[in-house]
Amino acid sequence: MISREKFDKFMQRDRVFDFLIPDIPPDLDTRHGVILYLENITVAFDGFKAINDLNLYVDAGELRCIIGPNGAGKTTMMDIITGKTRPDCGKAWFGQNINLLKLTEPEIAEAGIGRKFQKPTVFENHTVFENLELSMAADKRVFPTLFAKLKAEEKDLIDKTLEMIGLTKLYKSQAGILSHGQKQWLEIGMLLTQNPMLLLVDEPVAGMTHQEMEKTAELLTSLAGERSVIVVEHDMDFIRSIAKKVTVLHQGSILSEGTMDQVKNDPKVIEVYLGA
Amino acid sequence: MIFKQYFNNAGISVLFLSILGVITLGVPFLNLVIPADNPFHLSTYTMTIFGKYLTYALLAISVDLVWGYLGILSLGHGAFFALGGYGMGMYLMRQIGPRGEYGHPVLPDFMVFLNWQELPWFWHGFQWFWFAMLMAVLIPMLLSVLFGWFAFKSRVTGVYLSIITQALTYSLLLAFFRNEMGFGGNNGLTDFKDILGFPLQADSTRAALFAASGVALGLGYLACRFIIKSKLGRVCMAIRDSEDRTLFIGYKVSHIKLCIFAFSAALAGVAGALYVPQVGIINPSEFSPLNSIEIVIWVAVGGRATLYGAVVGAVIVNYSKTFLTAAMPEVWLFALGALFILVTILIPDGFVGLFSKKKEAA
Repeated sequence: MISREKFDKFMQRDRVFDFLIPDIPPDLDTRHGVILYLENITVAFDGFKAINDLNLYVDAGELRCIIGPNGAGKTTMMDIITGKTRPDCGKAWFGQNINLLKLTEPEIAEAGIGRKFQKPTVFENHTVFENLELSMAADKRVFPTLFAKLKAEEKDLIDKTLEMIGLTKLYKSQAGILSHGQKQWLEIGMLLTQNPMLLLVDEPVAGMTHQEMEKTAELLTSLAGERSVIVVEHDMDFIRSIAKKVTVLHQGSILSEGTMDQVKNDPKVIEVYLGA
Repeated sequence: MIFKQYFNNAGISVLFLSILGVITLGVPFLNLVIPADNPFHLSTYTMTIFGKYLTYALLAISVDLVWGYLGILSLGHGAFFALGGYGMGMYLMRQIGPRGEYGHPVLPDFMVFLNWQELPWFWHGFQWFWFAMLMAVLIPMLLSVLFGWFAFKSRVTGVYLSIITQALTYSLLLAFFRNEMGFGGNNGLTDFKDILGFPLQADSTRAALFAASGVALGLGYLACRFIIKSKLGRVCMAIRDSEDRTLFIGYKVSHIKLCIFAFSAALAGVAGALYVPQVGIINPSEFSPLNSIEIVIWVAVGGRATLYGAVVGAVIVNYSKTFLTAAMPEVWLFALGALFILVTILIPDGFVGLFSKKKEAA
């Protein structure tokens, strides 16, 4: 009899089993004003702790700079946020309701986190225009992509982005022929058409001339507000020109956090950077 | 300028399809209509050989789609080709009916020889042409999806993936060699009599098969071209060039690879199904890893990532093979190796690269 009851339970037609419900990440919720929570994150590679009990909170609309010596864990931290590396323990939430540790890289990208790599990574055999087209926010499943047609407003967005990154004249050139700085910008442009809520920008001004650097600073500050931006950079002049809040990473955890002046005068930071 | 570029590309496709159309209609015409004593007459033997090349060309296109555009170097596409071929072979076997050596009304000869009493379950349905053709496409697709699911989900790429594809085709080779598998063991399936009621030895049937291969090649080309000219095609090339970047802008790379790989396997299956009635036999040697490597050489020789280059390569290499294996059989493998090395070093874009690349740069 009992087994019959169990069987009947299985046959209830108004019930949907949990495993049948598609696991769609909810829309981003930043009601508490914080867009990224990293709590107690630890990652070890062969016993070496690249990230050690890291706690980081980024507010919605904030422009945050992260500095630190080589090997401080900056790139690993970005890998964790974008799903490339899974932490050994800790929590990573995007807004109040999206658990980053449960999502794959493309799902995280779709949820609204965009990333610019340290080494500029663009599709070198595609034209500049195509690079922006591919990254653009759209239904990125297989069949919608197969039948996708470029809409007028999408073309406008690409044109606008081309202008913003100064590559309008080069739109039909292959991305492979661009200079280092132009590739950096193209990658930033790809982030813009992707339209993420949180941008992770790894060393955006490496290899740029001074004017290019100024223009990049302008671009990044203009992005913050509506979106949140995390910039990892070595160039102190650049950071000074854009940063409101700076986080110093050292050996996988946070050494100091505050305005540029506070951080600069922090004895711990001075010790790490100057070895005094 | 962009329009001009598209027009140029379309121009090559139009040229390719026109040539293919002329061959598809012209060769059967020269064989059937022109009398045998006329110098323009084309022998049935030649037509059948070229019909075989057309199916090879379709196979080469399917490899070019995954290798040239998606960056998956499959060294196991011969397996999908052979599976498609077995689908057709099983239909042709069932068509023999009671005309076999042993005269059994249902069982093919090799089963009577093995003292089997009844048809294995998986041979049912193959008496219908439509069912056999469906299987010739579905079975390769199913295998590719199963294989791709595990390989692409676990992010196996590059040379490791190539090695697994070799293992795939090799394990199928060993399996199909076994009599117990029920596919005729090492003799395979042969002694076919007719297809859809038409005798296979007749010139007109041969001509029809030739034309069907030409049409299949044309349609396969158009389908592949449709894919690569779409946004999905650009995403495929993006995956080929930088898989990580493609992941981080939100494309589910494993899904895309799986779909394209399955489509490519289906094309290879169609090619195999058209190949078998023209050569009259399918046996496990078609699964040989060497065959799959040869397909990749055709594509490399013709020119990767062009589609028509794969066709040119398949025809050039196989024509040389037919010629050389008849004239100097012991030289062929050396010639093939030399061709591959020379092409890789001297013309990395393949034979068609000699003509088209220069124009694009100008």
